[in-house]
Amino acid sequence: MRRSNRILIGGLTAIGLTLTACTTDAPTDDAETEVEQEAETDAGTDDGTAEQADDGSDGGTEEGEFFVREEYERQLAQRDMEPEGDPDTPWMQMIDVDEMVDTSEFAVDGPQDLCFSNASVGNPWRVTGWITMQEQVEVLQDEGVIGEFRTADAADDDNQQISDIQSFINDGDCGAIMISPSTTATLTPAVEEACDSGVPVIVFDRGVNTDCAVTFIHPIGGYAYGATGAEFLVDNLEAGDSVLALRILPGVDVLEHRWGAANDIFSDSDLEVVGVEFTEGDAAQIKDIVTQYLQRGDVDGIWMDAGDGAVAGVEAFEDMGMDYPAFVGEDELGFMRKWDETGMDAVGLSYSNFQWRTPVLAAEMIWNGEEVPAEWVLPQSPVTEDDLGEYLEANSEMPDLHYAKFGGEDLPGFPEAWQDR
Amino acid sequence: MSSASPAATGPLGAVRRIFGGGTGPVFVVLLTLLVVMLLLNPSFFQPASLMAFLRNAAPLIILAAGQYFVIVSGEFDLSVGSLVGAQVVIAAKLIDGDESRTWPVIMLMLGFGLLVGLVNGLVTTLLKVPSFITTLGMMLVLAGAIRLWTGGAPTGALSESFRQWGRMGIEVPVLRQIPYAALIMIVIAVLTVLLMRGPYGRTLVATGDNDVAASFAGAQVWQVRTLAFVLSGLLATVAGILIGGFAGVTAQVGDGMEFTAITAVVLGGVVLGGGRGWIVGAMAGALTYRLLERLLVQLDMPSTLNPTIQGVIIILALAYGSRRLWGRRRRRAAQPITTKPQPSGAE
Repeated sequence: MRRSNRILIGGLTAIGLTLTACTTDAPTDDAETEVEQEAETDAGTDDGTAEQADDGSDGGTEEGEFFVREEYERQLAQRDMEPEGDPDTPWMQMIDVDEMVDTSEFAVDGPQDLCFSNASVGNPWRVTGWITMQEQVEVLQDEGVIGEFRTADAADDDNQQISDIQSFINDGDCGAIMISPSTTATLTPAVEEACDSGVPVIVFDRGVNTDCAVTFIHPIGGYAYGATGAEFLVDNLEAGDSVLALRILPGVDVLEHRWGAANDIFSDSDLEVVGVEFTEGDAAQIKDIVTQYLQRGDVDGIWMDAGDGAVAGVEAFEDMGMDYPAFVGEDELGFMRKWDETGMDAVGLSYSNFQWRTPVLAAEMIWNGEEVPAEWVLPQSPVTEDDLGEYLEANSEMPDLHYAKFGGEDLPGFPEAWQDR
Repeated sequence: MSSASPAATGPLGAVRRIFGGGTGPVFVVLLTLLVVMLLLNPSFFQPASLMAFLRNAAPLIILAAGQYFVIVSGEFDLSVGSLVGAQVVIAAKLIDGDESRTWPVIMLMLGFGLLVGLVNGLVTTLLKVPSFITTLGMMLVLAGAIRLWTGGAPTGALSESFRQWGRMGIEVPVLRQIPYAALIMIVIAVLTVLLMRGPYGRTLVATGDNDVAASFAGAQVWQVRTLAFVLSGLLATVAGILIGGFAGVTAQVGDGMEFTAITAVVLGGVVLGGGRGWIVGAMAGALTYRLLERLLVQLDMPSTLNPTIQGVIIILALAYGSRRLWGRRRRRAAQPITTKPQPSGAE
C-alpha cells in the first residue's frame, strides 16, 4: 500500500511538473510585448534611426520566423491599391504588378494537357475552390484549350506531393504544371525540379522559396487578412473592451501571419486581449472555450484566424443569454447567415477563394504567349455589412460550408456543381 | 465490483481500496482538481457554470462508458471518434433542416451505430482480427466514406429539435437550466451500472481477465465481446447526437475523440488488456479529463498541450496498472494448467 501511495504521488508530481514546466516555457504575450518594446527602444537609441516610421507606437509583434514587418507593411499598403483589370472578374485582376514575364517561349497551338498537384481537399475552403477550378477547366476543355486535366491529391502529405510532382515531370505530357504546395520549405526543391524540366509552372495559394515558377498567384495575404479583422474590432469597439482571439493551430505560416498582424494592431490599440486560444477549428471546442470566457467576464469582440466554427462561437453568446459581440468571421455562408439573422456587428474576411480559377486561366495565357505577372497578387476584400445581403442572395441555394467569394457564378456548372458536393 | 483488491474492511481497508484498487485514484484526482478549481476560480461552482460544464462533459462521459465495455473485455475501439463525426455529418445531410425528419434520422443513426459496432465485434471475434486493427480500419473506412460522400465539406443542416438535446435543457429554479445532455448522461450511467452488475457485466469482466477461463466456465466469449462493441457503437451514436446538438456540424466533429475516450477510461483505472476496472471509474475519468482541460484554460495554458497530457496520462496510468498486475501474474504462473479441457463457444 505504501508503494502504491508513492507511485500515485510520483505520478501526480510528474503531471504537476510537466504542467509547471510548460507554464514557464510558454512565453505569454505580455512577455513578448515587453521584449519587443525593449528591442525597439534599444534600436531607436543605438543607431538613432526609426526604421519603419513607427510614429511612437509602443509594442507590436516581434519580428521573427513568422513575422516580417516589411512584408506586413507591404500587404497593408496593397489593400488600398486600385487593382488593374475588370472588377467583375476579380480572379483576373492584379495588384501592385512589379514585373511581367514574357511567355512567348511557351506559346503552343492545340489542346494541351494541364497537370495539377493539389496539397489536399482537406477543408471546405479547398473543396469549394477545387470545384471552381474543375468547372473552369471544363470550359477551356470545351473550347479546345485544354486536353486532358490530370490531377493528384497529396492529402496534406509533403512526400506524397513531391512524388506527385516528380511523376508529372517524368511522364512528360504536361503542357503546364499547377502546384498548390502543402508546405513552403519542403516543396521548394520539387517545384525547382518542375521548373528545370522546361514545362511552365504555376504556383498558387501558398508560396515556395523560389521564384522559378512562371507566375505565383495569391491573394494579398495573411497579414492583410489578420489586420483587416483586427482593425474592424478596433473601429467597432471602445477603449478598454475585451477581445478573445481564437486560432486554429500554431506554427502554420499562413495562420501565424494572420495572428502576427492582428496582434500588432491590438497591441497598438486600447483593446484588451483577454485570451488567445487554439481550437483546431472544432466547433465544440470553440463553443466551450467561448462559454468559459463568458463565465469569467465579458467578451466584447471575437477575432478568429479562420472562420471554421464561427457559428458555434456566436451560439455560445446566445446560450448564455449575452449580447452579441463584434465578430470577425469569414466569408463562409453558415457564418454569414447567422450574421444576417442576428444583425450583429461582424465582418466576413475573405481569403479570395476565387484564386482557384486564376491558375487555369494563367495556363491559357501562357500557352498563348501572353505576358503574365511574375507575382500575381489578387484582390482580397472582406464581406461587410454593406454587401452582406447581396452575397447572401447570390448564394441563397448554397450549403453553409460554402464561401461567398468563390467567383464561379458565371461558369456553366453554376449552381449545381457547388450545391451537390 | 471495483477491481480485485483484497476484501476491504475497516478504515485501513478503505484506504487500501482507494490507493490499491484501480478506481480509487481517479476520485482522489477528481477531488484534488475540484479543490484547485475552487481556489483558482470559485465562480466555476455557480450553478449555471457547473451546468455548462456538465453539458460539455456529458458526451465524453457517454463515450467513455461505451469504450469501457470494449476495454474491460480486453479489446479496443478506435472507431468511435470517426463514428461520432460520421453520425453528425449523416444527420446534417439527411435532416437538412427539416424538423419532421428529426426522429426518423435519429432512429437511423442508432441503427447505423449498432451496425458499425456489430461489424467491429464480428470481425474481431469471428475473423480473429485484432481489435486494434479492426477498429483502426473502421475509423479509416468511416472517415474516407464520409469524405467521399460529402466531397470533404459536410452539407445540410441539423433541425432545432435535433439540436435541443445537446444545446437546451429543462428550466428549473436555482440551477437555472439542467441540460438534457446531463440528464441523458445520468440515465445512461444508471443503465450501464445496472448492466455491469448483472450477469452480462460479470461475464464481460471475466472474459477480459482471461477469455480461456471464461469459455471453460461456459461463457460465449465471442457473443459477449461482440455485444461490447455494439454497446460502444450505440453509445458513440448518443454522444454524436449530443455533440452535433451542442455545436452544430463542421468537418472536424469527432476528430481524435477515440483517444480522449481511451484516456478517460484508462484514467478511470480501467486496465488496458481487460478484466479490471469499474464503469463508474471510467465515467469519472472522463469527468476528470474535462475538468483538467478546464483547469488548463484557467491557468492560461495553450490547448495545444492537450495531446501531450493525454499521452502522459495513458503512459502513467498504464505503468501504474501494470505494476498492480505483476503480482497477480506471478501467482498465476505458479499454478500451471495441467489438463486442457475443451472450451465451449465458437471457434
